[in-house]
Amino acid sequence: MNGEPLLETASQTAVGGRVALYAAGAWTAERAGELERLIDRVVAGHPKVDGIDIDMQRVERLDTFGAWLLERLLRGLGGADTRIIGLAERYRALVLQARELNRTSTAQARMSSLTAALDLVGRTVVHIGRDIVAVVGMIGGLTAAVGRAVVHPCTFRFTSMVHQIDRVGWRAVPIILLITFLIGGILAQQGLFHFRQFGADVYVVDMVGILVLREVGVLMVAVMVAGRSGSSYTAEIGSMKMREEIDALRTMGFDPIDVLLLPRILALIFALPCLTFLGSMAALYGGGLMCWLYGGMSPEVFLSRMREAIDLQDFAVGLIKAPFMGLIIGAVAGVQRLAVRGSAESLGLKTTDAVVKSIFLVILFDGVLAMFFAAIGI
Amino acid sequence: MAELGKDVVIRVRDLVVGFGGSPVLDRLSLDVLRSEILGFVGASGAGKSVLMRTIIGLVPKTAGLIEVDGVDLGAATMSARRRIERRWGILFQHGALFSSLTVLQNVQFPIREYLRLSSRLLDEVALAKLEMVGLTADVCHKYPSELSGGMTKRAALARALALDPDIVFLDEPTSGLDPIGAGEFDDLIRTLQRTLGLTVFMVTHDLDSLHTVCDRIAVLADGQVITAGPIPTMLASEHPWVKSYFRGKRSRIDGGGGPAHAPERRKPDFGQDHVQRSAVVGRA
Repeated sequence: MNGEPLLETASQTAVGGRVALYAAGAWTAERAGELERLIDRVVAGHPKVDGIDIDMQRVERLDTFGAWLLERLLRGLGGADTRIIGLAERYRALVLQARELNRTSTAQARMSSLTAALDLVGRTVVHIGRDIVAVVGMIGGLTAAVGRAVVHPCTFRFTSMVHQIDRVGWRAVPIILLITFLIGGILAQQGLFHFRQFGADVYVVDMVGILVLREVGVLMVAVMVAGRSGSSYTAEIGSMKMREEIDALRTMGFDPIDVLLLPRILALIFALPCLTFLGSMAALYGGGLMCWLYGGMSPEVFLSRMREAIDLQDFAVGLIKAPFMGLIIGAVAGVQRLAVRGSAESLGLKTTDAVVKSIFLVILFDGVLAMFFAAIGI
Repeated sequence: MAELGKDVVIRVRDLVVGFGGSPVLDRLSLDVLRSEILGFVGASGAGKSVLMRTIIGLVPKTAGLIEVDGVDLGAATMSARRRIERRWGILFQHGALFSSLTVLQNVQFPIREYLRLSSRLLDEVALAKLEMVGLTADVCHKYPSELSGGMTKRAALARALALDPDIVFLDEPTSGLDPIGAGEFDDLIRTLQRTLGLTVFMVTHDLDSLHTVCDRIAVLADGQVITAGPIPTMLASEHPWVKSYFRGKRSRIDGGGGPAHAPERRKPDFGQDHVQRSAVVGRA
């Protein structure tokens, strides 16, 4: 049944300037690879003759692959007068249909690598420009939504916000506590190890206290929340957009920003300071525990040293940043979900984008503020 | 049920499929004959798609026998199963095109996986398939999300036909298309069925499709095939559901048109046309 495909030239049968080609075997998808090589060989080496007869009598099976390759053979032989002989009646329609196929070229113009690189740069710049416009638009939309909520408090979705606080705040508590506890411990351990060499053990407490309260606590929490909640917001609202749920909301007279985004962003703005407080406490606890177990510093010494090293300002500097970081995470997620297109791939891409961009912006914001606070002497 | 002189491609015997509670399909038996278009109808939720998905192996069966070309799918080895799967193509209801691949790549995907072809032949064959289902070359670099409903169905059909299957399963191929688009799609299925000698198993709700393209119709009710046969058999049936389906308000019989009305929507047949033109146009 699945005989090897054959295509041979019988030169001695060339009578009156005509050459006969004998085809045999299975001209099917499985054999398409071999068949293509056979055909290319014949096309490459075909002599200048008046006419060619292709004898298809011994072809056992033919499918669209075979029919197309036969057509390619015919086209490859070009101007010569070709005839197909002995084709089984049941394959006739298929061979005739193949004649109509592939008449237009699909080849997309390929760019040289330099043009492609420039193209990429240009596109990226345009994308960044669009992103900025989108962020500004998002902030405007949010402000308008806040305004509407202030004017008509009953339209604000309080239940939804509480639910979101539960999701991004309350349920994040265990993992945030664990991670900040470990970070605090690691900071203290590294400090002890290096400070001990010049007998400055006690300053570990200063380092851990200031670093945790001002920077690390809030940063760790923001990064965690961006990875945990920013991504899920983008994916959630993005897939709602893919399935026209957002459009449905709009047609019912709801602004998706009011319904979906505002409660989520307010939830983040509320949850982040709470998580930052908890995270900072866990980090200090971890640091203290490490000082006691690894550095031999009793908890009383640690606490009294801590009281001298830090003041309320350090605590406030860390905490004041938290709500803004919540806003950044929420707004980036909101912008990215707008960019989700139809495909599953773009949803994944935009979710990744949301996490990467919000972490980047959060760190940037933190750095700028650190310089600002240093400049005004806080 | 099988008619004499025609061989059975898909044989389903006493198939039971259930999800927890009462079975959806209860000792169902059905034959699909070679090179026929079998229309499969039934009320929504009667289990049409379940049967299709059970045959192609997406839903596990509770009991019964499913044979494709004499091979019992329940007892077949992995490699025998692969050989059978290689021979069928499936058009899912919503196309199920891979959203991250272009239309051309969607069609190339199964070919690339199963056959070792040069990239030139791969491009040519995939484009040929797209042209066979009536899509043009400018569609092939688009992504599924950029296609209209009709184009999605066509592209999905091209992918189903990518490996030149013998059997094609179509799950509601004309749902969501306008009547003209649906009519064209029916013609397309008929033409392809003739040119490629396909066996078509078509789940449908479209009365027009049933009248114009289906050789036989099987009706599913109460988990069983209650009747099977060509349109006259359906019209003669006294089963209340069949009666209201084929002779109800929305059927073509209403309004006095009668079954003679049926071929109206049909376009001049593409495949036939070519055979007739062959003498003039062909290089033969």
